[in-house]
Amino acid sequence: MQLYLPIADIPINVFLILAMGAAVGFVSGMFGIGGGFLLTPLLIFIGIAPAVAVASVSTHIAASSLSGALSYWRKRSIDPTLALVLLGGSVVGTVLGVWLFTLLRAHGQLDLVIALSYVVLLTGVGGAMCYEGLRAIRRARRGGNATLRRPGAHTWIHGLPLKMRFKRSKIYLSVIPVNIIGLLIGFLGAIMGVGGSFILIPILIYVLRIPTSTVIGTSMALTLVTMVIATILHAVTNHQVDAVLALILMIGGVTGAQFGAQAGHRIRSEHLRLLLGLLILAVGVRFAIELGIRPEEIYTIRGTGGDA
Amino acid sequence: MNRLRRIAATCLAFAVGGAFDLAPARAEKLIVSISNHRVTVTSSYSGEELVLFGSVERDAATPARHGGYDLVVTVSGPRADMVTRRKERKFGIWVNADSRQFLNVPTYLSIASNRAIDAIAPADVRRRQQLGIDNILLTQRVGIDYADVVASDPFRRAFVRLRTEHGLYRESASGVTFLTPTLFRTGIALPAEVPTGTYDVNIKLFADGAMVGDTQTAFEIVKVGFEQFIATAAHQHGLAYGLATALMALMTGWMASIVFRRD
Repeated sequence: MQLYLPIADIPINVFLILAMGAAVGFVSGMFGIGGGFLLTPLLIFIGIAPAVAVASVSTHIAASSLSGALSYWRKRSIDPTLALVLLGGSVVGTVLGVWLFTLLRAHGQLDLVIALSYVVLLTGVGGAMCYEGLRAIRRARRGGNATLRRPGAHTWIHGLPLKMRFKRSKIYLSVIPVNIIGLLIGFLGAIMGVGGSFILIPILIYVLRIPTSTVIGTSMALTLVTMVIATILHAVTNHQVDAVLALILMIGGVTGAQFGAQAGHRIRSEHLRLLLGLLILAVGVRFAIELGIRPEEIYTIRGTGGDA
Repeated sequence: MNRLRRIAATCLAFAVGGAFDLAPARAEKLIVSISNHRVTVTSSYSGEELVLFGSVERDAATPARHGGYDLVVTVSGPRADMVTRRKERKFGIWVNADSRQFLNVPTYLSIASNRAIDAIAPADVRRRQQLGIDNILLTQRVGIDYADVVASDPFRRAFVRLRTEHGLYRESASGVTFLTPTLFRTGIALPAEVPTGTYDVNIKLFADGAMVGDTQTAFEIVKVGFEQFIATAAHQHGLAYGLATALMALMTGWMASIVFRRD
């Protein structure tokens, strides 16, 4: 069934978009991530302009993270204080990100920056997760306990001033690194059209040593707020949010996420981490290859002013 | 006041009439009709094909045209500024390097004729009348100058080629069919990606390499109903649109958490 998208200005197959939303929703439900880093490239691949894809995926992630965040809230595994402090940095980051997005779009370098950010972040995070996942699996094979390594649980970050108590996470920590991390996530999210939880979760666990029990829920709450802000800002500055596209993605996404979550419970957590790592790494490598080889078409046309 | 205006109008009419009298070569009159003057883009829109019919009207004063008639129909869509960028390899990766800005160029262009344009008119006429894609004016900004460049310019060629690949620029030397020596028809194919706006149709009649008549018509492509509502809201009321979209996302997420609630 063909449907004409009012902002992207192209007709698309509704079932294809629903299926893509559902597939990415499945993955995101399985691993507890937003899935923007998979969805945005897929949309670009089927011919939707990168600016529209990034902006509309923000809306989609807002929806999927709300349904996730609500269920974590009921389980009391969101740390509201931590989420608020992260948010302080993240709002500033999102505004900066949308501003840079607009600037890069005007100079024709948006696609390059999106691609480069994907390569650097995805191969980095994916590689680290694969490495960590493999080690955990090998440890488990040897019969050792597969708990995360937390020697002393203190680094220089824990010596910074302006400390504050995060009750639900049971941690006493400076607000400076938390704010900076929030800023980074908001910034990347706005530029790349990703929620950023695949970066945020590892940072919270490995750098700030925040207990895993509150990390996923808190990250979802943060993603929710930043993506709502990103949606509004993209709508105001770039006029590129396609509500129809976003709605179709959401419907597929929230449905797929339910089945993904069920599948996720059946797989052991080390294997899950390794799988996610491989997935992230694969997307990153794909972007790297695309940048490195000579493109089939070296010319591109973009409308400037007017709506072409 | 009214009287003055009427006199002015009469003078103008005489002046225009006089101008026509001075052009005896344009004795043929073109009468055309287009199948649809208002193409509506709805949710099921996936392109459309319009048909243009016309006839060449001759009168007693019209000289005989032994070579027959030739016709060139140029359809140009709403104009916009566009940038063509070229990727180059820098530090091992392919990045956008050089670019040219095309100013006020048609977003859609279709040129149909009954035979090869080269055979219809000599080069100087083709250039003056902008016949064929190679002769269409595509203004570029080169530094501080505004100019069109030769048809072989790489950026211009790439621009035309990419637009052609998307079906937005097209040239057909067999697009116009003469049903009788004076009755013709042509199709105007509009792919799904055509921009909305006003489309000008220019019909030019040639005989023995010289232009002997021309006429214009137009049609518009408009988004209607829901599509128009969304597009207008997004462009003119960005904040309200953004808030509404965000709210829609939150509602969907909330609904999902109720529908799929298991605990």
